[in-house]
Amino acid sequence: MTEPPAAIRLDRVSKAFGSFRVLDDVSLRIPRGRATVVLGRSGTGKSVTLRHIVGLLQPDAGRVFVDDVEITALSPSALAEVRQRIGFLFQNAALFDSITVAENVAFPMRRHTTLSDGEVRARALEKLAAVGLARAAESMPGSLSGGMRKRAGLARAMALDPAILLVDEPSAGLDPVTSEEIDDLLVALKHQRGTTLVVVTHNIPSARRIADTMVFLHEGRVLASGTAADLERCEHELVRKFMQSEAGG
Amino acid sequence: MPGFVRTVVVSRLASGGRAMIFAGRALREIFRPPFEFQETARQVYELGWRSLPLIAAAGYAVGIVMSMHTRASLERFGAEALVPAVLALALVRETGPLVVGLLVSGRVGAGVGAELGAMKVTEQIDALEAVAVDSFKFLVVTRVVACMIAMPILTAVMNITGIIGGWTAESAVSGMPFETYFRTAFSLVQFTDYVPGTLKTMVFGFIIAVTASYLGVHTSGGTQGVGYAATRSVVTASILMIAANVVLVRLIFFIFPETAE
Ligand SMILES: Nc1ncnc2c1ncn2[C@@H]1O[C@H](COP(=O)(O)OP(=O)(O)OP(=O)(O)O)[C@@H](O)[C@H]1O
Ligand SMILES: [Mg+2]
Repeated sequence: MTEPPAAIRLDRVSKAFGSFRVLDDVSLRIPRGRATVVLGRSGTGKSVTLRHIVGLLQPDAGRVFVDDVEITALSPSALAEVRQRIGFLFQNAALFDSITVAENVAFPMRRHTTLSDGEVRARALEKLAAVGLARAAESMPGSLSGGMRKRAGLARAMALDPAILLVDEPSAGLDPVTSEEIDDLLVALKHQRGTTLVVVTHNIPSARRIADTMVFLHEGRVLASGTAADLERCEHELVRKFMQSEAGG
Repeated sequence: MPGFVRTVVVSRLASGGRAMIFAGRALREIFRPPFEFQETARQVYELGWRSLPLIAAAGYAVGIVMSMHTRASLERFGAEALVPAVLALALVRETGPLVVGLLVSGRVGAGVGAELGAMKVTEQIDALEAVAVDSFKFLVVTRVVACMIAMPILTAVMNITGIIGGWTAESAVSGMPFETYFRTAFSLVQFTDYVPGTLKTMVFGFIIAVTASYLGVHTSGGTQGVGYAATRSVVTASILMIAANVVLVRLIFFIFPETAE
């Protein structure tokens, strides 16, 4: 099987906060139309890595490419165009808390499409239904449970049918059944639309369901990468231990 | 200079510089398309329309008090007939803009500082950026423009309600009819009294909104940081506004020499 072209590339990216080096010369290649799961202990820089891909953080050194465009060198307006092709689920969902759930999902469409109000509403409800939240459409984000907020955030991330979907811990706060449904949804997106997925998760069963490849971050570096089977045979005990865990959160 | 003093001074200067750059960017972006009409209109409603009860009530009360003071002073010269005109002149030229500025610093400064601060610490500003929205234009420029639109209107309301308040106090003493009062009130007020004061309030609006936005979007430190941003917005906006007022009054006297006569 030939390797598809890269949708995202990190080229020797380093990032420090103060004197604390979070990413230390990380290079990463995310193939197009595949699902890549990012693993690693809490606080190793998984969320920081995702933030670099949408340009919410700038690397101290190194370059980030999306579809072979170096986003670290783009003007704000050019970056905004790239961002329209990327959906991003924040770890804390980051819903706009002064508008309803449906309006949160509608927001990117209202901004970036010429769809009529009715079509926007219909699509927002469709996305919400896909994550099992149709009934919460008119709720305010503040009144949702943690898992519901997460799913609403995912619906918003999918609003523009992005070619690339970055998902930070989709199953955190979800029961096993809902979690599996979300995994199925992500996999379906990949198969049906060819969406490139980058999923951060601590949930190994979920990672196995989703991943074509896995990347294991540790202490600012990529400690291991490959298929689930590759990681199970990895020379590093930490990685093998991770892969043996059953539940997660 | 002791080392720590230097550190404090340098860091203050640096943050002052960043704030100036922020203000400069806001000024440029006001005139640069695309314009966020809908969000700006919403902010005019939030920041302006919803300040109306406060401004109207304050204007009325200030008018009553000013009228009583003006009367007490002018009585000594037997010039009670001038009360409405003196009151109107004071309101239009200085008291109106300044009181509105301080009230709006309080209400809008705290509101914007806290709202943007909360959006910052809950990553909603990042979320806007992630959905390809220019958060500076969407959050900051809209509020700045809204404040600059609202201030002159609020000041006009303050002036009118102030004069009505003045008439209330006056009619209680002398029974002067409203029409007579209103006519005498504006007998001395000229165009050159009104325009600079009004333009001045637009500058106040810019200062208030930029200060609160700057402190809001640079909030760190969770809930406490949000409270801090709100408090600092009110204090800083008020001080900057009062300081700017001194400069602006000087400038107005320079540009419109007839107002200094
Ligand atoms: N804006 C920031 N300022 C300072 N430090 C930060 C910032 N963002 C992240 N960090 C630090 O970078 C490190 C990596 O953070 P990150 O959020 O990427 O971890 P993570 O791998 O996603 O962890 P988790 O699995 O718990 O979500 C942490 O130690 C965090 O304290
Ligand atoms: Mg994280």
